[in-house]
Amino acid sequence: MKTLNTVKLNNSVCICSIDCSEKLQRRFLDLGIIPGTTITPIFSSIFNDPVAYQVRDSVIAIRSEDAKKIYIKKEKA
Amino acid sequence: MGLTSSSTGNFLKKENKKNKENFDFVVGLAGNPNVGKSTIFNCLTGMHQHTGNWPGKTVSNASGYFKYKHKNFKIFDIPGTYSLMSNSEEEEIARDFICNQNPDVTIVVVDSTCLERSLNLVYQIMEITKNIIVCVNLLDEAEKKGIQIDLDKLGIMLGVPVVGTIANKKKTLLKLQETAYLVCSKQINTNPKVVKYSSDIEEYKKNNMIKQYNNSVVSEIFSQCSIVSNSVISYKSNTTPPKSRKIDKILTSKKFGIPIMLIFFALILWITIIGANYPSQWLSALFGYIQEKLIIGLEAIHTPSYIINPLIFGVYQTTTWVISVMLPPMAIFFPIFTLLEDFGFLPRIAFNLDKCFKKCCTCGKQALTMCMGFGCNAAGVVGCRIIDSKREKIIAMLTNSFVPCNGRFPFLITLSMIFIGSYFSGIFSSIAATITVLLIVILGIIFTFIISNILSKTLLKGESTNFVLELPPYRKPQIRKIIVRSIFDRTLFVLVRSIIVAAPAGLLIWLFANIQIGDLTILGYMAAALNPFANLMGLDGYILAAFLLGLPANEIVLPLILMSYLGSGNLVSIEDIHSIGEILKANGWTIITAINSMIFCLLHFPCSTTLLSIKKESGSLKWALLGFAIPTACGIVFCICTNFIYNLII
Repeated sequence: MKTLNTVKLNNSVCICSIDCSEKLQRRFLDLGIIPGTTITPIFSSIFNDPVAYQVRDSVIAIRSEDAKKIYIKKEKA
Repeated sequence: MGLTSSSTGNFLKKENKKNKENFDFVVGLAGNPNVGKSTIFNCLTGMHQHTGNWPGKTVSNASGYFKYKHKNFKIFDIPGTYSLMSNSEEEEIARDFICNQNPDVTIVVVDSTCLERSLNLVYQIMEITKNIIVCVNLLDEAEKKGIQIDLDKLGIMLGVPVVGTIANKKKTLLKLQETAYLVCSKQINTNPKVVKYSSDIEEYKKNNMIKQYNNSVVSEIFSQCSIVSNSVISYKSNTTPPKSRKIDKILTSKKFGIPIMLIFFALILWITIIGANYPSQWLSALFGYIQEKLIIGLEAIHTPSYIINPLIFGVYQTTTWVISVMLPPMAIFFPIFTLLEDFGFLPRIAFNLDKCFKKCCTCGKQALTMCMGFGCNAAGVVGCRIIDSKREKIIAMLTNSFVPCNGRFPFLITLSMIFIGSYFSGIFSSIAATITVLLIVILGIIFTFIISNILSKTLLKGESTNFVLELPPYRKPQIRKIIVRSIFDRTLFVLVRSIIVAAPAGLLIWLFANIQIGDLTILGYMAAALNPFANLMGLDGYILAAFLLGLPANEIVLPLILMSYLGSGNLVSIEDIHSIGEILKANGWTIITAINSMIFCLLHFPCSTTLLSIKKESGSLKWALLGFAIPTACGIVFCICTNFIYNLII
């Protein structure tokens, strides 16, 4: 299955599942990053990592090693 | 959901029952970070609490009062949190407050531009307490984005009163006060419609499957949130992408990102150093004038000279010296820094530089505390509050003094102009001096990375924790408020801490320089004792003694050196760089002395204010001692090496 770090900029995807430590998972939960959420990478930082994602109308920066733990599927048009 | 007072574990018993004499009602102010909670708090109470456009600012509950319809309200600003289910420090404080203080009403501030996410916290709080007002803030920003929110419908769907506000406009807060009054006096009954969970959740709870339990609770809350927000929000036409996005594209682009950051940074430093000169001179002239009058006054009442001298030339002179050299740069640097902070630029710097810091197992927010360290290391250490993980926070504190602060720049600039600049003529002289200072700064940054890396592999072991940071939208800073707040919160805060140390240190310096035992003063003995070791480092005993006595403030190191060379009993201020150069050269300074002094200036124990801040912020003396030992050890080793290499070559 594809992970979030492979998604190209400005492509909206849908989160399937998240497989990470409990601490990180809670942080994601707090920000509304949960299965079923639509997430869009909108710009990357100077060194390409981390990347800023648009989630629920806010902008959240996530490192690629953490984005690897988020499994996604293509958003239905 | 299990967020009752019995399950939260931590109790705040200190302020248990409301003291009915002082106020009638207790109001809690909760909400996500960065939704203008503190701004609302300030508008209601008139108190100046610093609000930054930056997540996680308020770390402990601030409280204030306001009066409405002859009733006194005590209002608590609860730290901003995204939820109550995690275990960060802020969330514990927030949860404990709502569970144990039992406020008459809790105002939950939500961001109208991302209502869906904010509602998560509303639903969580609704499970703990019944008396809630939802305050939909930043309506002006929502309007700009073409978002319209049906507040009445939202109120009906949530079952609690909903008030729309624009935090900067005091008028819009009247309705909030009125509603708080009505809820407190039970004239409005709230009836929150909490999320009804499916039966699976009870099952998870029974079997103690916490992870699944939390997951499904939050996902059910969120699905409710999106139902509610979809039915109350309507978008006006197709809106163009917000301005924020365009600025972000430029600031994070490969071409412009780094140059823009550097230009901003250089500009701030330049304005600070140049701009601080004049007020510093005025202040020292003013203090000099007061000093004369004080002496006349004291002599008039026949105060003996053994009291006047230590009091005036020791305590008074050192303290005022520290004030006049420290106050102006801080009063310039902090407002500018706060301006960028309020604008929303700082989280982007953290975002851009995170990768570099990740390599050292720390996080990008350390870049910000470093930048702040250029203004003042003590403020940089206090600024480490923004870093979530305790491990990374302590690393950032311990390495903060590797960037030269305002107090050390003049020393570096003066020495590089005298000893490096003089090799060149005309404009090249100042260019060479600038490059030297720049190299010293770069050396400091390299040391920050190396030491951070070593610390995170040894003493403070651990993986780099995750960096999940919200990048708030850019906001127009409120300049007048920034100036007032940054001066009160940061400048005076640091100044007071430094005066506390400067006054007794002034007395000590005076005694050291004036008490004669045999032919030498105590300072002389101290320098003689330090001399062999100092020679090893390419310095002399007086320089090392000056650094030691300069512990209260790095600004007084050069005056202390001049004082000891001239054999004067008071701190010496010489404006003319040329004559400073003459004095230093006459006392055996060579280029290697200057280089080593500059290196040691960069790599030595931070000032006592910084050490005090490390102790206060980390809560343990151990870290303050390490904060002293690590840079000093680096400096000693580095100086010995350069001296050794220099002697080999020459």
